[in-house]
Amino acid sequence: MTNQDFPLIFERSKEGRVSFNLPEIDVPEVDLEAELTDTYVRQEAPDLPEVSELDIMRHYTGLSNRNYGVDSGFYPLGSCTMKYNPKINEDVARLDGFSHIHPYQDPKTVQGALEMMYDLQESLKEITGMAGVSLQSAAGAHGEWTGLMMIRAFHEANGDFHRTKVIVPDSAHGTNPASATVAGFEAVTVKSNENGLVDLEDLKRVVGDDVAALMLTNPNTLGLFETEIVEMAEIVHEAGGKLYYDGANLNAIMGYARPGDMGFDVVHLNLHKTFTGPHGGGGPGSGPVGVSAELEPYLPKPLIVKQDDFYTFEYDRPQSIGRVKPYYGNFGINLRAYTYIRTMGAEGLKKVSEYAVLNANYMMRKLEKAYDLPYSQHCKHEFVLSGRRQKKLGVRTLDIAKRLLDFGYHPPTIYFPLNVEEALMVEPTETESKETLDGFIDTMLQIAEEAENNPEIVQEAPHNTVVKRMDETTAARKPILRYYKA
Amino acid sequence: MDFRFLPMTENDKKEMLDTIGISSTDELFSDIPEKVRLKRDLNLKAPKSEADLKKELVQMANKNYNLKEYTSFLGAGVYDHFIPSVVDHVISRSEFYTAYTPYQPEISQGELQAIFEFQTMISELTGMPVANSSMYDGGTSLAEAVNLSAGQTRKKKVLVSKAVHPESQAVIETYGKGPNLEIVYIDHVNGLTDLDQLAKELDENTASVVIQYPNFFGQIEPLAEIRELLNQQPKSMFIVSSNPLSLGYLTPPGKFGADIVVGDTQVFGIPAQFGGPHCGYFATTEKLMRKIPGRLVGQTTDENGLRGFVLTLQAREQHIRRDKATSNICSNQALNALASSVAMSSIGKHGLKKMSELNMQKARYAKQKFVEEGFEIVTNGTFFNEFVVKLPVSVSVANEKLLEKGFIGGYDLASYYPELEGHMLVAVTEIRTKEEIDAFVKELGDIHD
Repeated sequence: MTNQDFPLIFERSKEGRVSFNLPEIDVPEVDLEAELTDTYVRQEAPDLPEVSELDIMRHYTGLSNRNYGVDSGFYPLGSCTMKYNPKINEDVARLDGFSHIHPYQDPKTVQGALEMMYDLQESLKEITGMAGVSLQSAAGAHGEWTGLMMIRAFHEANGDFHRTKVIVPDSAHGTNPASATVAGFEAVTVKSNENGLVDLEDLKRVVGDDVAALMLTNPNTLGLFETEIVEMAEIVHEAGGKLYYDGANLNAIMGYARPGDMGFDVVHLNLHKTFTGPHGGGGPGSGPVGVSAELEPYLPKPLIVKQDDFYTFEYDRPQSIGRVKPYYGNFGINLRAYTYIRTMGAEGLKKVSEYAVLNANYMMRKLEKAYDLPYSQHCKHEFVLSGRRQKKLGVRTLDIAKRLLDFGYHPPTIYFPLNVEEALMVEPTETESKETLDGFIDTMLQIAEEAENNPEIVQEAPHNTVVKRMDETTAARKPILRYYKA
Repeated sequence: MDFRFLPMTENDKKEMLDTIGISSTDELFSDIPEKVRLKRDLNLKAPKSEADLKKELVQMANKNYNLKEYTSFLGAGVYDHFIPSVVDHVISRSEFYTAYTPYQPEISQGELQAIFEFQTMISELTGMPVANSSMYDGGTSLAEAVNLSAGQTRKKKVLVSKAVHPESQAVIETYGKGPNLEIVYIDHVNGLTDLDQLAKELDENTASVVIQYPNFFGQIEPLAEIRELLNQQPKSMFIVSSNPLSLGYLTPPGKFGADIVVGDTQVFGIPAQFGGPHCGYFATTEKLMRKIPGRLVGQTTDENGLRGFVLTLQAREQHIRRDKATSNICSNQALNALASSVAMSSIGKHGLKKMSELNMQKARYAKQKFVEEGFEIVTNGTFFNEFVVKLPVSVSVANEKLLEKGFIGGYDLASYYPELEGHMLVAVTEIRTKEEIDAFVKELGDIHD
């Protein structure tokens, strides 16, 4: 340890310091030790820190200064939709009437909460064009698995137990094949064609009566709209399979097109992406799932229903796949998404997609001069560049990403999707101004020039961050996953 | 309507269209086939100004009876504990809450270190050497543990105590359909797992035994005896779901040879918020370290030898391993893990024991008051901060009357246990005062009469 290390909270600890005071005990005490016996009374206290309240604030303020959020600067992280997180969302989520209510209260005492959930279900049905929505899934991947379990239940209800495969494109998010496995399916890959879209011939080859579903995000992870979606839906449906929509990229098409109208049977949404739930440093998210009328009986239970003017839970759903999560989903995140939808309305959400797509295309045209652009058609909300030109100069995409840190930017997603060499996946979002985009473009052009004329400065980046490149190999080989007192 | 999150001006738009070489943004959407284009406006409520929307949502919130205005004895997995003010001040820092997953360690040391500290605290509490960075909640964390046990032991039979949270039981069932698990339920006797039945069912086909400690009825399950039973089938795994606050006073499951310990840190700094987001934790042995679901943060050094932190052992995860990943989890509950870390730091080493004790003392006082009032307490073993009271009327009738007096009564066990009609699960946390407990018991006694 050198003197520049930022101390751990445990290293700030000093015996006898406190930052928490409990009320004095106001009831007669009983002898707990006698009751529990030595076997169940903890003999050694867990080594939590002993710090003052100011110690805590200095510690976490210091840590926050060593972190980077959307409020810190531009965050063009492809497929992650790092848009601005409205502050009204945070205020609303902290109202006592929303944050301090218990999931087992009588429905008549939580009518406001149920009304919000019902209204959100209805709004998401309209935005996606689906017949039913459940808010229970906690995140995108959780929604994917929920959707696949419904598809599985549907096939099984039809006596169809031989549909063991789920098709995913080679450009799919990693969660797609992983969710397929967790749901008990085998993931099979369909190839992309030279335009970056699903190869219909290959789809016809892999589809069959053993296929449960095709998982697709549209626009796909290259930011390209799958123009043959209607044909693809026909191919899959004709073979008895279902079409699954990964809603990670919905920010591109709101008000322009709806998954339900494209022929999708199941949709999940990432409310922490398109609908401004903050990412929180990795979560919590929320991944509601929408379905066609045919699959509605399989939705997780309970659903929120409105009977006359009373909102309540519907548990009597005999074909439901059951619960995917205790209680009713990540209510606090759903509430933030609801606040956003009510702020924007139909007009605002359509502008969101319009500007997200305009921003992406503008950046793509400015950057294609200096970086390879594998697919040159208009993109949607994001685009993928290839750093192969720079790689020939000895500068890898990883180096470009690290160099961006020196200029105060969060880098784009790198090395994804897998079907583009040295990929740089850029998603600007609609909440960024032209000045911000121009600043980033200038920096990217400068880095391309540095790669030619002064590659070391890129290869050795970052230069200005609190730590330099980390030794990830040792971290994985000899894992240190917790602190032990010296 | 003006949209305050959209900075695009007409001039900007024109310049950008020129750069692209098109005249209208419609051209950017021309690749969407005519047939699937939406040719009408979405039918949503009209947009609202910040002032109007806030007013509406405050009114909506006010329709809910909240735990700050009503005196609550409701627990059953979600608890009303004191939350130190520092917690919300820390998690409101936007460098934390507007950040993505810390994939770029050079500018994410704050989040990474905070998670490393969280992992350490969970490891300390549970007595397990390894803990991950969080799961969605206690229920899904438990279901992932069950699936892991089946994969690891290559066995399909799982013994789940009926004294495990019933909604966690339901989640285990749904998750178990993927790998086609056989879930066998072990009954409870007066709120404790039936060890005779457990002993009978436990055999060489058992992947794992799932116990909650303290269990759903608040009872402290005899982990030492269950461990002894499991020693007969050493290949079967011991999975314990545990309220981490109770571990301030109780011997941690790690001491009883648990293979996986899971639970929810909602008790530390996270409001009830109608059931979520809360924060699952997942702790295990060194042996299972490379099978653990979700993200892990590890300590390492940078090029200059400075200590730093990175996401590690990522070969387990979906973004690397895809269909061979140990789980599909991607987003977790990072911000809530941070909230719990701050709360645990604030409560501290000695505060935790005191807080745990205070819950137990207050719950024992409440139980004694019920006995004095003539109620039958169905759970008669040692317990944490919950116990079961038998009422002469249905719990919903009782709760209706309590509500009129300003109380949110306990949990109606008949919702999941038909045989427990008229049985209320009462939770007493450190924030309930003697006066509140006295008044609550008296009100219920009046219903009794």
